[in-house]
Amino acid sequence: MARTLFDKVWDAHVVERLPDGTCVLYIDRHLVHEVTSPQAFEGLRMAGRKLRRPDAHIAVVDHNVATSDRRLPIAEPESRLQVETLEANVAEFGMPYFPLLDERQGIVHIIGPEQGLSLPGMTIVCGDSHTSTHGAMGALAFGIGTSEVEHVMATQTLLQRPAKNFLVEVNGALPVGCTAKDIVLAIIGKIGTAGGTGYVIEYAGDTIRALDMAGRMTVCNMSIEGGARAGMIAPDDVTFDYVRGKPFAPKGEALDRAIDYWKTLPADPGAVYDKHLAIDATTLAPMVTWGTNPEAVIAITGTVPNPAAEADEGKRAQLERMCEYMALTPGQKIADLPIDVVFIGSCTNGRIEDIRAAAAIAKGRHVAPGVRALVVAGSGLVKAQAESEGLDKILLDAGFEWREPGCSMCLGMNPDKLTPGQRSASTSNRNFEGRQGPGGRTHLVSPAMAAAAAVTGRLVDVREMN
Amino acid sequence: MQPFTTLTGVAAPLPLANVDTDKIIPARFLKTIKRSGLGVHLFDTLRFDETGAERPDFVLNQEPYRHAEILIAHENFGCGSSREHAPWALLDFGIRCVIAPDFADIFHTNTFKNGILPIKLPREICDQLMDDAKLGGNARITVDLAAQEVVRPNGERIKFEIDPFRKHLLLNGLDDIGQTLQHTPAIDDYEARQRAEKSWMPDISVG
Ligand code: SF4
Repeated sequence: MARTLFDKVWDAHVVERLPDGTCVLYIDRHLVHEVTSPQAFEGLRMAGRKLRRPDAHIAVVDHNVATSDRRLPIAEPESRLQVETLEANVAEFGMPYFPLLDERQGIVHIIGPEQGLSLPGMTIVCGDSHTSTHGAMGALAFGIGTSEVEHVMATQTLLQRPAKNFLVEVNGALPVGCTAKDIVLAIIGKIGTAGGTGYVIEYAGDTIRALDMAGRMTVCNMSIEGGARAGMIAPDDVTFDYVRGKPFAPKGEALDRAIDYWKTLPADPGAVYDKHLAIDATTLAPMVTWGTNPEAVIAITGTVPNPAAEADEGKRAQLERMCEYMALTPGQKIADLPIDVVFIGSCTNGRIEDIRAAAAIAKGRHVAPGVRALVVAGSGLVKAQAESEGLDKILLDAGFEWREPGCSMCLGMNPDKLTPGQRSASTSNRNFEGRQGPGGRTHLVSPAMAAAAAVTGRLVDVREMN
Repeated sequence: MQPFTTLTGVAAPLPLANVDTDKIIPARFLKTIKRSGLGVHLFDTLRFDETGAERPDFVLNQEPYRHAEILIAHENFGCGSSREHAPWALLDFGIRCVIAPDFADIFHTNTFKNGILPIKLPREICDQLMDDAKLGGNARITVDLAAQEVVRPNGERIKFEIDPFRKHLLLNGLDDIGQTLQHTPAIDDYEARQRAEKSWMPDISVG
């Protein structure tokens, strides 16, 4: 039978199919960070269990770490305890680990592909919902809870039922000013935050094929914002070229054999999908979220929707609440809205390509008075690369902050936070109430749009910047 | 894990859709290294104002809902992050069952692992139960997992569907790892096969 990309990767990892259809699924890679792992290690310890296969895990600290001077101890005692707990656990259980002062440290979803740890055809999990990012490699990658983290540690498997297949095809040339971020925001705007629940999304079409790996990762990263636990893109020459030379990737003859296998992964002709969506990329514009979930998204040329036009009472109440929380009036133009903070970074847009895009806008301009603009590379290596290209200089000259790698202002768990009422243009992935700090108001945008907001002090159409 | 058999208790109505995990437990409370103690921060921003005082209009700040063991909500409950702190906070507060039209995938899995029963019922039925729940302490709802029934205060029984494997684990309070370890020989075989067939796949070791 003709199979999809997901079907093939799934089938290749089924250890056993139980009578009711639940599968024991083998996990090739497990990525570990400090927030969702301590209780799992504790569980192992209490049950007297070990890591079944230490060489299949990689641990790193990212969520809690300050993005200021790394040589200083972490000031916040609880954050410090979580980091120290991870360090003690990796030592006790023999888990490979990139320490905070290692150049390879960074956001877990940035370092997987960057190190060649995430490869096509693999199953990859992490106690983090944005594990979907690694699907850009042509892997099946999804977020799990802490109990499942413990399960993978003890058994190198998970108990799972197969997901359904959802094909999202994007075709046509991407207009100037539009990026992978705008594609995925537009997709979520169409399917809604639960449109992908129960599915794995495969992104296909010539627009997706034309994206570089960074763009593909941005798209897959946000699959979970559409409810899909995983997003995947079939591996092709762009993928293989990316993998070549990565530190942990196979080399020489082993790589040739791997590529031969990876070439068998794309969907067979006639493979059946349970759900379809087609997007005409030529109709896209730079996108910006106006509300408090990623589905509440409009083009930068658009206006805040009117909740009164919503027939469903529950949805209407939700839209009204969004307007209130975001301090927006129905019908209001989204462009020109003044912002206080700009955040460029996160596992969605913290790669070198994103920093280049931001620097291109920043060059020769200056951050608007009263605006704080942070640029946070996704990893130590991204930071070093940017510095070798002089991007740090451009950004610093333009009045941006150039910080140490980590999750930073994506989630309000470390010192980088919005204060109540502050409005941000952010390249991260979630605009939930309080996500960037209690009372903070988040507008999700692409890196270029964020940089444009920084230098103008307002949400602005990046196509107007020349 | 505590088995889940039947539960009779106060149900709290939370007529909201897309209740995300940041709402259930904001990121600033994820710095714990324990599973317990998160109940005081459950729904923190909805429950407390900037000064830390209770918001009297929030359902869990009202009697009898302070003692709720069942939560009834609208679509896409638990969307957002994979944080198991969300079910831990619910459980620590005393909630053992959430009823909604549907749930986000990761949250749905996480509830089972903690002995919380997520029940999917159509929106109309959730709305009926929501009305029941609004009647307060005298209107207790019963959940019978073995029979797969929710019993309304008026005695009406409503059937629900549940994955048989999950039901078995929950009824007996079994943890998944113990189950899976019974398949160790099959996992050994798989691993040996994979090492032979995909020998290009590198092991991780950091110097
Ligand atoms: S950058 Fe944000 S979304 Fe990504 S892993 Fe960190 S906190 Fe999660």
